[in-house]
Amino acid sequence: MLIFEHSKTGRNGAPQSPKQKANVDDIPASFLRKDRAALPEVSEMQAVRHYTQLSQKNFSIDTHFYPLGSCTMKYNPRACNTLAMLPGFLSRHPMAPEAQSQGFLACMYELQSMLSDVTGMAAFSLAPMAGAQGEFAGVAMIEAYHKSRGDDGRKEILVPSAAHGTNPATATMCGFSVREIPTLDNGDVDLEALKVAVGPETAGLMLTNPSTLGVFERQIETIAKVVHEAGGLLYYDGANLNAILGKIRPGDMGFDVIHSNLHKTFSTPHGGGGPGAGAVGVAERLKPFLPLPVVTKEGENYRWLTEKDLPQSIGRLSAFMGNAGVLLRAYIYMRMLGREGMVRVAEFATLNANYMMAEAKRRGFELAIPDRRASHEFIITLKNEARDLHVTAMDFAKRLLDLGYHAPTTYFPLLVPECLLIEPTETEAKEALDGFMDAMQQIREEAEADPDLVKGAPYTLPVKRLDEVRAARQLDLAWKGNEVE
Amino acid sequence: MPFIPHTEQEIAEMLQAIGADDISALFEEIPSHLLANELTGVPEGMTEMEISRLMHARAAQHPQSVCFLGAGAYEHHIPAAVWEITTRGEYYSAYTPYQAEASQGTLQLVYEFQSMMTALTGMDVSNASMYDGATALAEAVLMAVRGNRKSKSRKILMPTTVHPTYRKTTRTIVQGQHIELCEVDYDPATGVTSLEAFKEKAGDDITAIVIQQPNFFGNLEAVDEITDWAHENNILVIAVANPLSLAILEAPGNWGSAGVDIACGDGQPLGAPMSAGGPYYGYLCCTQTLVRQMPGRIVGRTLDQDDKEGFVLTLQAREQHIRRSKATSNICTNQGLVVTASTIHMSILGASGLEKAAAACHANTMALVKQLSQIEGVDCAFESNYFHEAVLKINKPAVEVLVALAEKNILGGYDLSEAYPELGSAILVCATEMRTDEEISAYANALAEVCA
Repeated sequence: MLIFEHSKTGRNGAPQSPKQKANVDDIPASFLRKDRAALPEVSEMQAVRHYTQLSQKNFSIDTHFYPLGSCTMKYNPRACNTLAMLPGFLSRHPMAPEAQSQGFLACMYELQSMLSDVTGMAAFSLAPMAGAQGEFAGVAMIEAYHKSRGDDGRKEILVPSAAHGTNPATATMCGFSVREIPTLDNGDVDLEALKVAVGPETAGLMLTNPSTLGVFERQIETIAKVVHEAGGLLYYDGANLNAILGKIRPGDMGFDVIHSNLHKTFSTPHGGGGPGAGAVGVAERLKPFLPLPVVTKEGENYRWLTEKDLPQSIGRLSAFMGNAGVLLRAYIYMRMLGREGMVRVAEFATLNANYMMAEAKRRGFELAIPDRRASHEFIITLKNEARDLHVTAMDFAKRLLDLGYHAPTTYFPLLVPECLLIEPTETEAKEALDGFMDAMQQIREEAEADPDLVKGAPYTLPVKRLDEVRAARQLDLAWKGNEVE
Repeated sequence: MPFIPHTEQEIAEMLQAIGADDISALFEEIPSHLLANELTGVPEGMTEMEISRLMHARAAQHPQSVCFLGAGAYEHHIPAAVWEITTRGEYYSAYTPYQAEASQGTLQLVYEFQSMMTALTGMDVSNASMYDGATALAEAVLMAVRGNRKSKSRKILMPTTVHPTYRKTTRTIVQGQHIELCEVDYDPATGVTSLEAFKEKAGDDITAIVIQQPNFFGNLEAVDEITDWAHENNILVIAVANPLSLAILEAPGNWGSAGVDIACGDGQPLGAPMSAGGPYYGYLCCTQTLVRQMPGRIVGRTLDQDDKEGFVLTLQAREQHIRRSKATSNICTNQGLVVTASTIHMSILGASGLEKAAAACHANTMALVKQLSQIEGVDCAFESNYFHEAVLKINKPAVEVLVALAEKNILGGYDLSEAYPELGSAILVCATEMRTDEEISAYANALAEVCA
């Protein structure tokens, strides 16, 4: 039932708005709204009950194991939320004077410093509001760098075939053409193909390391050399930073610019689709191009850097300063972890993934890359099950929901048929990992005995499998009143 | 270990199952000379008690000033229930709803949000959100360029009465795609953009125009005649509107005879605290004709195998995870949790509650402007109708006036001298429904002292 269907004309949340409607008669009628907007008219309790009940139809980290590969669904400590929502932060206007904002600015400055240290980059900007916007900022900086040197012919961004879709989409948005570099069966980039691809047109290479195939790119130093010798820059997609946090730093691997998904590695909540934060870090030579604003410290005082300080900046990415509240949560998380906690993240995320991979192998599942160490995630391919039992990765995913587990990422990376990309994160206990593998084993047994059982899943959720084709063909994107029913 | 549950015994069992001697063996594929030394720029870890003490101290460094500052972020009353429900773990710690059957809560909520935004804006379709108002405008411009197939110029008319940082952000985001953003000046007497000013810049072929209503100065633009003129010339119209103002002002979908093509803006006034600048969200609505040009997530209602109603992400063929380099945008994560808050906020207030809040903002700002403009050396800059912000010219440098007011714990407004030097010393003031008569009088008294 929609909130609109609880609505009755004349019902309202009276104590939540001013007692009387003030006069607006001085505004000419031509500017005024003729018909009241069709928003729901419900009591506060009806709204609270409706949205509480809706929330109960969600899987979440707080309720379920959620091993969604490449998404780093780790526990979001509650202290981060509580402390970021202190009234002193919430009531701060974004353009309040710097002299009255020193507490907030101190947090942002220290966050920049900690991110620089843990990634090995020279400087950070916290401006980007999500990973994709961080990518945009990074690629725009690469473009600005080449232009500043009069090197105008670099029109191409190289992207491995295993990359996230945001990489090529970002390159296009920045005005580059995209060339895909093939990936070898062992998960490494095809170095020979890369050597052929680079040249005077190469603006840069975007790379995720460990890759979306769940393995560390062992040839990274050679890749960096090849790209740099061709005059290109190396971009690090930080989606998988959790795998190597504090263990090996992108700056030390030769990357010139990186983004970090604070809503993955630094545990800010995903919120059902955001808000995230995609802070960007750069090597020394890209510092002049950082997006604004950036916080600096002068003596004991903090202030924003503006266009006057960084005239070559790629510019602004938001009306104010990005997702400040998300940045505060990441700051609090990093301070709680501390330097000793950073490296433990990588170690235990990797331990959990390798343990699950060993268990998957022991239980007879086929691994996409069987002979290598997993990073913080690994891939099972269900191509044999799909061929022999006609039960697909999608069917396994839906049946997992019935058994109380959120499904891993399905059908990504696109290179591996019928794949499940599984990322347990460091915050899950061994019993959760075992429980998940038991469920996988149970589903395979079900698939062998009664494939239709698995193909019909889920059975226990608020809805059964939904008709996506109908959704796209008979578009119903907004409630237009009961006549549509 | 913070947030890591493993016992020593479990670690040993897991390593044995893997066949590794210790955890460091799991990293053996990384060239050893690349392994990091101990971090030096990250302090030692803190307990919850310690970090709590630190954050309370940091928050206390911000004086609780009375806020007459707006300029794109506004202090409004948010019902207590809004963030209590929003921060429930089921919303807070869920991912983008890729597994629809396990995400019906978020998906239905977004469908309801889309419905509310189309009702407020009078448009056909809304997406699930953009990052903020500024990026929503940038994406609206990109959408218009893709959507206006009759135009070849990729030229956009952008009045200078559009929020200065929205204009900057749009420039940053569209600069790689050979789009020309051509600024249109406002009338210095009225502080609004005349139709003649648009016509002067128009030339032969314009792809789209932008109109902000109320504009950055708070003034009301002649949206009907500008919209009609644009459509007569095959120009698409992008509206930027404060969504709270739409409780009393005409919806962009009804501007002129046909309504605008794209409406966008910042959702912050609908349930997001000012929070130092974010997270807010951008809303983005359009006509049915343009739906396939829309960037970002869209939720649709459909049926399950038993013909039961349910909700899914739809039209995904527009998006980066399917279309890669051919996608409408690179956006992936949006501002879901703030949309959750906003949907609950709109449900609790309803149209009548939003109407009362918007009207109170208008009345309070009228009262503020009336009192302030009676002070010697303070004058209204424009003769125009406004919503809840107005520009005042001051006989002393704005920056000094605002500092002096800040020392009295009054955030007196936005200094316009940098973005609009032609105005001389001028500030943009705002009084939302939160301001009391006493606070307004106190501001007037303080400003009189400062200006004396």
